[in-house]
Amino acid sequence: MPLHLEVITPEQRVYEDDVDMVIAPGSEGYLGILPHHAPLLTALGPGEFRVKKGGVEETLAVFGGFMDVRGDRVVVLTDAAEPAEEIDAERARQARERAEETLAQAATLSAADEARARAALQRALVRIRVSERRRRRPT
Amino acid sequence: MATEREIRLRVRSVRNIQQVTKAQQTISASKMRRAQEAVLASRPFEERLRRVLNDLAPYADPEVSPLLQHRPVRRTLLVLVTSDRGFVGAMNANTVRAALRHAESFPAVSWLAVGRKGIAQLRRFRQGTVAEFSNLGDRPTTADTNPIGAIATDEFLSGRVDEVHLVFTGFVNTMRQVPTVRRILPLVPEEEDLDELPPLQYIFEPDPETVLGAVLPRLIEVTIYQAVLDSLASEHSARLIAMRNATDAASDLIEELTLQANKARQWRITKEMLEIASGAEAMAKG
Repeated sequence: MPLHLEVITPEQRVYEDDVDMVIAPGSEGYLGILPHHAPLLTALGPGEFRVKKGGVEETLAVFGGFMDVRGDRVVVLTDAAEPAEEIDAERARQARERAEETLAQAATLSAADEARARAALQRALVRIRVSERRRRRPT
Repeated sequence: MATEREIRLRVRSVRNIQQVTKAQQTISASKMRRAQEAVLASRPFEERLRRVLNDLAPYADPEVSPLLQHRPVRRTLLVLVTSDRGFVGAMNANTVRAALRHAESFPAVSWLAVGRKGIAQLRRFRQGTVAEFSNLGDRPTTADTNPIGAIATDEFLSGRVDEVHLVFTGFVNTMRQVPTVRRILPLVPEEEDLDELPPLQYIFEPDPETVLGAVLPRLIEVTIYQAVLDSLASEHSARLIAMRNATDAASDLIEELTLQANKARQWRITKEMLEIASGAEAMAKG
């Protein structure tokens, strides 16, 4: 029996399909979900969300939120989810550079600005990683 | 009776107005389609998030999160969502009236206004606001609406208000938009759903408190975001209908005035003929 996966953001439903397995960036580390998993509710960190279906693997970048696993339904509620093919790798690299430059002067930053720069850096890194995974394994 | 020339001038001015309302109608139609899609696309998130909250209900202890805390209600914060622009029929008037009526049921209220029309109305009724938002645009994102939730949450947590209610124009369909009131703080899991299913033995990562702590603020944000999207879809639907009515009314008026102008013209010709005829008669007699 397949897993029914839905990925939903406040703006729209990003993904809905029957899949074989998902690998999610839980707040405590990556975790894999197969059919017949025990009910689970976990916070998600920013990271790669991988979906396996019929030997093909798709990757999405997700940024926070939750995953609700109940029976064979997996619902991911996240602030933002971007399929690998929609990520602009060049923009992400620029964002990383900007964030790194900002963080290089960490001493002069306020705590809020530093936190914002760190978050931006983390988002950029996730996007870069997701878009690179796609290039290594074209589907 | 007005002269033919005057009537023809009026027809021309009505026709100009009709052109404007017709253009507005076309614009509203395309904006409405987008706003309606946005509202429908955003609904699953809130539904699912509420279900998650219901699953968490056994852990939803007010001790864990102050957002769940019930207090005796001394002051209530009303978040009023209206449109920035007018020409929307009675939509804003109805929603503001519903909000003011709702306000009467509390000993004291504070206001948070979203949308220029609501801001203006509250000023007219001399109701102070703790914050005002406008110009959210035609495609607001959660980043645009989250500050609203942040202020409402802050008012609640600081104890300045004991409950937060949201008043907005709920979008039903193109013809129907209904003023809607919802309590957003303190949060409560919906109880009827709890009876249906025995609570599942959930695994929580990292723990129920952390997950709950992340779910609750999100639920407030998304409820407000939804209200803003609902209002936007209602606004464009109401404007489409208002503009269509105006265009139709202009058509009727043009028809009516054209008839009058033709009658005036006919009367003028008849009169001229009579004058010529009686003139000729007088000449023949003389």
